[in-house]
Amino acid sequence: MLVVFLLAWQFLPGWLGVPDFVLPNLTKTAAEAARIWANERLMWHAGITALEVVVGFVLGSLLGAMIGYALGFSPKVEAVLSPYLLALQIAPKVAFAPLFVMWLGYTVYPKILVAILIVFFPVLINVLSSMRTMDLDLINLARSFSATRFQIFRKVQYPTTLPALFSGLRIASTLAVIGVVVGELVGGNMGLGYLLVFFEGQGNTAGVFVVIGALTVIGIFAYYAVVLMEARVLHYLHTSSNRTA
Amino acid sequence: MAVAPAAPAKADGIPPAIEFCGVDKRFPARGKAAEVLAVQNVNLLIRPGEVVSIIGPSGCGKSTLLNMGSGLAMPSAGEVRVAGETVTGPNSHVAFMLQKDLLMPWRTITENIEFGLEVRGVPAAERAAVSAQLLTQCHLAGFGANYPHQLSGGMRQRAALARTLAVDPLVLLMDEPFSALDAQTKMILQQDLAQTVAEQNKTVLFITHDLAEAAALSDRILVMSERPGTITEEIIVHMPSRENPMARRKNTELGNYVTRLMELLRLDAHSEVH
Repeated sequence: MLVVFLLAWQFLPGWLGVPDFVLPNLTKTAAEAARIWANERLMWHAGITALEVVVGFVLGSLLGAMIGYALGFSPKVEAVLSPYLLALQIAPKVAFAPLFVMWLGYTVYPKILVAILIVFFPVLINVLSSMRTMDLDLINLARSFSATRFQIFRKVQYPTTLPALFSGLRIASTLAVIGVVVGELVGGNMGLGYLLVFFEGQGNTAGVFVVIGALTVIGIFAYYAVVLMEARVLHYLHTSSNRTA
Repeated sequence: MAVAPAAPAKADGIPPAIEFCGVDKRFPARGKAAEVLAVQNVNLLIRPGEVVSIIGPSGCGKSTLLNMGSGLAMPSAGEVRVAGETVTGPNSHVAFMLQKDLLMPWRTITENIEFGLEVRGVPAAERAAVSAQLLTQCHLAGFGANYPHQLSGGMRQRAALARTLAVDPLVLLMDEPFSALDAQTKMILQQDLAQTVAEQNKTVLFITHDLAEAAALSDRILVMSERPGTITEEIIVHMPSRENPMARRKNTELGNYVTRLMELLRLDAHSEVH
């Protein structure tokens, strides 16, 4: 499948007469990748972007999870805050990017901030809905053993929400990349988003393809990092038959 | 521990294991729903070592009684006493078991059994000793390291029983614990329960819909009315060998008890499904 795709990419543009500025073929793109790697510090830019993705993802997820648990604990606070949260959730988060760049300048911080904002919601919503649909009998069981509020959270509620938390994190891991790239597109002189704008200005289509490829790789790494962690933490959901005594 | 000072003991010196005195339970009106009087003037007294079943139509407040017994809900009037102490919240004398096994999927069977002890701060070594003993006692030996989803429904319910027994409660409150199991598994678990209860001299308040189960397991059967639920009848089960429900099931007298219960519940060929 991959071979067919690569062959098609190599030969179809030439046969169909598609010009290079629309779709450069495989070898030209590969050559451009090598050039960017050597002359334009591809890895350095990719590293900056990856760093922003990781920091934004971690902070945004932590914030989303914490607020999700806090709201799950107190339905009253949730009732008060939910209209604002909804409004903020509906507002296109990437539209905040120019604002953050104006506030924080051409640094890594506005990119991280966009990532935090965009990552925050899926994590919060998943944690909150899982807290809301908690099995009350399970909580009563813990209460009947005289468990404290904190023990109930630590030993019952938190583990119950883990599967939902992780599906939020999966979505968040891909959104973090989007948030960071939009931030970089808006302003700055580093990161893959900056390279994207730079090559666009040059009319370097092959370069743009290379950067899209690099971004995808970062996204895949981020996603599989979450999947790997999930498999470790939620191992009890996956080992169905191989542990039987 | 949320237990008030002890009430005076009964004449024979041993307070009843669990006692309901004039208990009402109202659920306040909420939105359009009117106030509900779930149970009204419930009086019952269970002596240590007795097994008492409660049967009644659905929605008669049986589970509400259990919640009050375990201290999860407070009566609107009257009081509940366990071992002579007024119940003001969850306490170490009672443990409950429901139809749902409520095993935590992220804990192994051993860890699930130890849950109550862990919450109460019992040291790990002590917990391990208790759970090892219970695994054997509840016919779960070799499954301690398994996760709940690897076990059958019957074994999961055994694990739930082991978790309930692990905290060594004076009173077991059981809300239809076997009703989700197939008929044969049910009988086996009833046998296990009856033997354990007899050996350890536990007191049991057992809620069930299964009339034969009530007759096979209990010393006494209390019949509740429709909502507002109150106890309308007490049947003393005179069949021998309470520790052996299988034998009781074979006893021809069992049919008489079931017949009597059906009459009291007005179950006949014309009964409607609610």
